[in-house]
Amino acid sequence: MKKRLLIRGGRLIDPASGMDGIYNVYVREGRLEAIIETASDETDITSTAADLEIIEAAGLLVLPGLVDVHTHLREPGFEYKETVATGALAAAAGGFTTILTMANTLPVNDNQSVTRYIIRKAAEAGLVKILPIGAVSIGLSGQVLTEMVELKEAGCVAFSDDGISVANPAFMRQALEYAAPLGLPVITHAEDPELSCGGTMNEGTVSTVLGLKGIPVAAEDVVVARDIELAKLTGGRVHVAHVSTAGTVELIRNAKQEGVNITAEVTPHHLVFTDEALRSYDTNFKMSPPLRTADDVRAVREGLKNGTIDCVATDHAPHSTIEKDIEWSAAANGVVGLETAFSALYGLVSEGVLTLNEIVAFFTINPARAMSLAAGVLKVGSAADITLIDLDKNWTVEAETLRSRSKNSPFIGQTMKARVLKTIVDGVVIYNG
Amino acid sequence: MRLDRKDLLTIKDLSLDEIGLILDTAASFKEVSEKDIKKVPTLRGRTIINLFYEPSTRTRTSFEIAAKRMSSDAINISLAASSVKKGETLSDTARNLEAMRPDCIVVRHGSAGTPQMLARHLSCSVVNAGDGAHEHPTQALLDLFTVKEHKKHIKDLKIAIIGDITHSRVARSNIYAFTKLGARVTAAGPRTMLPPGLSSLGCEVTTDPREAIKNADVVMMLRIQSERQNNSAIPSAREYARVYGLDKEKLSLAAKDAIVMHPGPINRGVEITPEVADGTKSLILEQVTNGVAVRMAVFYLLLGPVREED
Amino acid sequence: MSTATVMDAQQMERALSRLAHEIVEKNNNINDLVLLGIPTRGAFLALRLRDKIKEIKGHTVAVGAVDATMYRDDIGIKKEAPTLKEMDIPVSIDGKVVVLVDDVLFTGRTIRAAMNALMDFGRPLCIRLAVLVDRGHRELPIKADYVGKNIPTSMTEGVKVLIGETDGINEVYVKAEQD
Repeated sequence: MKKRLLIRGGRLIDPASGMDGIYNVYVREGRLEAIIETASDETDITSTAADLEIIEAAGLLVLPGLVDVHTHLREPGFEYKETVATGALAAAAGGFTTILTMANTLPVNDNQSVTRYIIRKAAEAGLVKILPIGAVSIGLSGQVLTEMVELKEAGCVAFSDDGISVANPAFMRQALEYAAPLGLPVITHAEDPELSCGGTMNEGTVSTVLGLKGIPVAAEDVVVARDIELAKLTGGRVHVAHVSTAGTVELIRNAKQEGVNITAEVTPHHLVFTDEALRSYDTNFKMSPPLRTADDVRAVREGLKNGTIDCVATDHAPHSTIEKDIEWSAAANGVVGLETAFSALYGLVSEGVLTLNEIVAFFTINPARAMSLAAGVLKVGSAADITLIDLDKNWTVEAETLRSRSKNSPFIGQTMKARVLKTIVDGVVIYNG
Repeated sequence: MRLDRKDLLTIKDLSLDEIGLILDTAASFKEVSEKDIKKVPTLRGRTIINLFYEPSTRTRTSFEIAAKRMSSDAINISLAASSVKKGETLSDTARNLEAMRPDCIVVRHGSAGTPQMLARHLSCSVVNAGDGAHEHPTQALLDLFTVKEHKKHIKDLKIAIIGDITHSRVARSNIYAFTKLGARVTAAGPRTMLPPGLSSLGCEVTTDPREAIKNADVVMMLRIQSERQNNSAIPSAREYARVYGLDKEKLSLAAKDAIVMHPGPINRGVEITPEVADGTKSLILEQVTNGVAVRMAVFYLLLGPVREED
Repeated sequence: MSTATVMDAQQMERALSRLAHEIVEKNNNINDLVLLGIPTRGAFLALRLRDKIKEIKGHTVAVGAVDATMYRDDIGIKKEAPTLKEMDIPVSIDGKVVVLVDDVLFTGRTIRAAMNALMDFGRPLCIRLAVLVDRGHRELPIKADYVGKNIPTSMTEGVKVLIGETDGINEVYVKAEQD
């Protein structure tokens, strides 16, 4: 392998530094060596040509490696849905170089041995950087706190019982208080289990037409309101996973204005689809939280644009046909998203909803800051995690070609813009599109 | 003469012409059940599978009699377990059924949308015999047929549908059916039994049963499912019966020649008093009789024409 | 498409009168007679025969319609399901002489279906068949007892009977191609 890498003449966008222009990017031993405007680059590369691998990036987008703070890799326990290795490949194909993986595996990532197991599997896969999220409670039971100090020592970067809500407010208070001195956020899956009980989609006109029990927006809003109050009470850091309602956007906006230590994410599917998509009873549109109405979609888009919502996260949730190709009420919640996330957001750029520079920030520096990660930037000396994207290349989402072991994508059959061409981690090209 | 469709899944998707065709055809088939020899060879050699994932006696029997009176072979499959418990996907189920070479599968399932999902996987016809709280199209068709027999027309009739609309597939299918044919439908029930956005189905909505019944030509009562009462949608069957149950006094608000309907099985003394259920205005048993004729018509129109291979 | 008129209104009228006379001659006990037309045109021809029989004998025989659609042998092999028509059996046919009435006798399959339908309504003493036109080409061993007119045709030709009740005109014509 050559020691140095030159990515030549691409359009580099790095929201962290505000750079947006045509640059040559030099990489040495896995780190960014230099970033020089292509027009003024007088580096003599002929002398080092034998040692230098050149990637011609003219016409391509050169971005900091994308960061996803919310995935489910299903290992250990549900390897038939996804493994750390297949999930890592899906992430690489989606342009992600750092991903966080949720704790609802089997066994649950509620102790350091599971954390170390995941980290070892990630190292074996050797693709993207995989950072585990530890559970808040033992067995996701919402009753006994996990050994958070030890989980942090083992490599966990946040805590969450995601998949289910922490139902007991007193327990949530303790979790925030205990985690606060560790400097790690508690990610809240905001869904009141009693209000959402039995519901399988958004409650509204469409649920009435389809004859399905709905989940009211209040099921999310009441828990977000609770956790904001608990963040104030405890000084803990709250990160709201997958915001889906206009009410939540409003609550977070006000909380941020008050100076509450709170961040939030939204998924591509909650930015793109409404509950109208459920009319054909396609279980690839069944997820938690459910797809909401056009008003909610407008609100989360606006919240993302104005900074109320910090970042986009996929909530990549692989499920096999035995969980999805069954009757609606019994089908599992969740969709895969790693491989379609950037293209889905770029679709909103094409529609004029967001700008290209905004979506790059939502996938790089913003999630990195929300989770205090050293990622999502192109800075000399930092790890050379870089993603190359061809914005003009269309591609069609097909089950057969998705890298993820599961094919439960709501975008199946859609033709999307923007294709990831190369994903580079620590200076090594780990994915070629 | 044909329904230009493989399946009968919802009333919502039926055109006015299709509804008219089914009702006209049902009139011919009603005569079959009135002969000594209640059988015609029309669908000889065809196989109809009644696939019931929910317990049902009267609907399954009605479909079975309809199939047998047309000389087809009706096979009943009752499955209590969901496909999750069987470890089988719906595609697996569909492929297994298809391997038996049925011409039509009648599906009842507790989860809304399952007939639609199965129909996508099956090349044979699928008839929805009730899916969750979504639709029950043949019930609405037999209700239309019954009302039309008595009132000669549907247009401009005032229809009251009273009860637990939230959980009622019969209510949804009937709201679509009667409004499509130009009737005015008012749905009534306690607020806890009226789903959000109900008026978008084309009906008026009220919590006052008297308002719905006033001058109504047809009063349709829905079954209050006792097993659902523990979700605290109503405080007690007693209070429900008092406020929403159909008794002589409330029925007196309706049009003079009003008719009373109920998809059955009735809860005497809860949604309807015995004297009203058994009264002269009640068409509850005619509904059952007409159900067979309507289902024969549906089988005839779906299985009568040969379907071109895709 | 070329058509040729083979019976005009007058000829049709005469043929029906002759049919009525023949039916009466063969059936002394007119009380046991039931005329059942096959819809649509056969049903109207049955009504006309009833009127003519009344002129001859002064007695109104029972008349009705037997729709054979549900008994046809081509359901499920054509692109459309045949349209169901009126079934009207006004009296018990047990022990009666039933005369089936149709406009054109061709393959015989409709008559077979009509006979099956009748059997489900009772047990007639016998079933006879009266047709305005017999155009040949039987596919089943069926023969008409009373024929208004034999019209030899080729398989490719079509025979059409028009009657005042449904078509506003009384005429029988042969056209070069079938519908």
